[in-house]
Amino acid sequence: MTAPLLDIENLRVTFPTSTGPVDVVRGLSFALGRERLGIVGESGSGKSMTGRAILRLVRPPGRVTADRLHFDGIDLLAQNPRRMRLIRGARISMVMQDPKFSLNPVMTIGAQIAEAVLTHERVSRVDLHSRVVAMLEAVRIDDPDRVAALYPHEVSGGMGQRVMIAMMLIPQPDVLIADEPTSALDGSVQAQVLDIIDEQITSKGMGLILISHDLNMVASYCERILVMYRGEVVEECRADALADARHPYTRGLLAAMPHIDETRDELPVLDRRAWTTP
Amino acid sequence: MTAISLRNLDIFYGATKVVHDLTLDIAEGESVALVGESGSGKSTVLKAITGLATNWTGAIAVEGVPRSHRIDRRCARQCQLVFQDPYASLHPRKTVDDALSEPLAIHGIPDDGRRVETTMAAVGLDARLRFRFPHQLSGGQRQRVAIARALMPEPRILLLDEPTSALDVSVQAEILNLLKRLRREQGLTYLMVTHNLPVVSFLCDRLAVMQKGRIVEIAEVARFKTGALASPYARELYAAGASRGC
Repeated sequence: MTAPLLDIENLRVTFPTSTGPVDVVRGLSFALGRERLGIVGESGSGKSMTGRAILRLVRPPGRVTADRLHFDGIDLLAQNPRRMRLIRGARISMVMQDPKFSLNPVMTIGAQIAEAVLTHERVSRVDLHSRVVAMLEAVRIDDPDRVAALYPHEVSGGMGQRVMIAMMLIPQPDVLIADEPTSALDGSVQAQVLDIIDEQITSKGMGLILISHDLNMVASYCERILVMYRGEVVEECRADALADARHPYTRGLLAAMPHIDETRDELPVLDRRAWTTP
Repeated sequence: MTAISLRNLDIFYGATKVVHDLTLDIAEGESVALVGESGSGKSTVLKAITGLATNWTGAIAVEGVPRSHRIDRRCARQCQLVFQDPYASLHPRKTVDDALSEPLAIHGIPDDGRRVETTMAAVGLDARLRFRFPHQLSGGQRQRVAIARALMPEPRILLLDEPTSALDVSVQAEILNLLKRLRREQGLTYLMVTHNLPVVSFLCDRLAVMQKGRIVEIAEVARFKTGALASPYARELYAAGASRGC
């Protein structure tokens, strides 16, 4: 393997509270190549904060520190806001959870996607339009010319999320961070959106960080999984070896999920004392 | 005896018919799931039963008594709804005690404050949480409060609208166990709306698959677990659930 795209060592995110500083991410280290990595954990485990910290999107009073936070040889922590903006979107981009809140309600879909290109490149108008349409086609939107003229409230949740993916991929970034990209969507649409992300990542040879609370979903779309609990990685494993997970937290999560052919009378509940050291 | 009987039910939002000719009987003590994608009309059925969607034709009977189109206090007392998102369904400026006492005031049930205590104990909430506000509680605790609120007027039927889909897997397991135990202890009837098939498999006896406002299939969960479903749409749903390794 060549040098990793992302190289993170001892990442910490800290927030001050009335009872002293609280570490929400505690000493996270991992490297990401051109591969699909899943980060799984409950709410409050620090998985979203990890994604935000990579893009330097943690707002004060939150503080991000790391021994190393490198992207493609660039030290992200040493970049000023202006230089960071050149990386954000163009080289690393992020798909957020809910298209309802993340798309601009007063701009047409076509204009928003075009804006993503214009922020980073100079393109002629004709080229711009054809690129927007081609991108919408790539995320399987039929009739892209019509959809480009619509406003976000005029499309369904699934289509909104595909629009957001189009917007994030059109500047051709190297790494895509997808933070719960499908949890606001329906079961049947979820698979479709994930397939589109997967297809785009694979065809362009990008790196993907898929953040989710759904172990099964992450296992079926990623090669490698990090399981986070209270700001720390408690388990790292290959997706196909998830069933052999060692850590009691991962095993607890797996056991707590009902199956489609469920026969248990009661679901085992996580006993958090089993692994938290006092 | 049938707990809920729906006959040739059509439900409208304005001029749009969203539920078409729905007929479903739910026996007392039974747990039935309504399954389908969003927009299939499954939540609308619950809304019509509770009186939140009033524009319907056909017949709805709860515990053998037909419900009118207006506010029906008897029906409301027997039939309580638990909503999907406990972050949205609890009043942010009312304490747990306020939320749980309000159904008693509405239904004119005399009480000395004991009922709040016993119901909180029944859903596994510590008595110390009684005067907390929702923002001081975790997601799982909030959903327990929402379930406790529904149980306050001692209903015979709980209508559950995606009761666990806003929760983490580990918390989901706790709430599912709680719902199963409550049903066993209090002999409740459940009508649950969900798109999570493993949850159906854990909690329900029967499921009705809805598509575009119509029931396309009603099946025993025992048969569903083997994947032996008749309609192509229901088989598709099962295959999608099974392929995700649920």
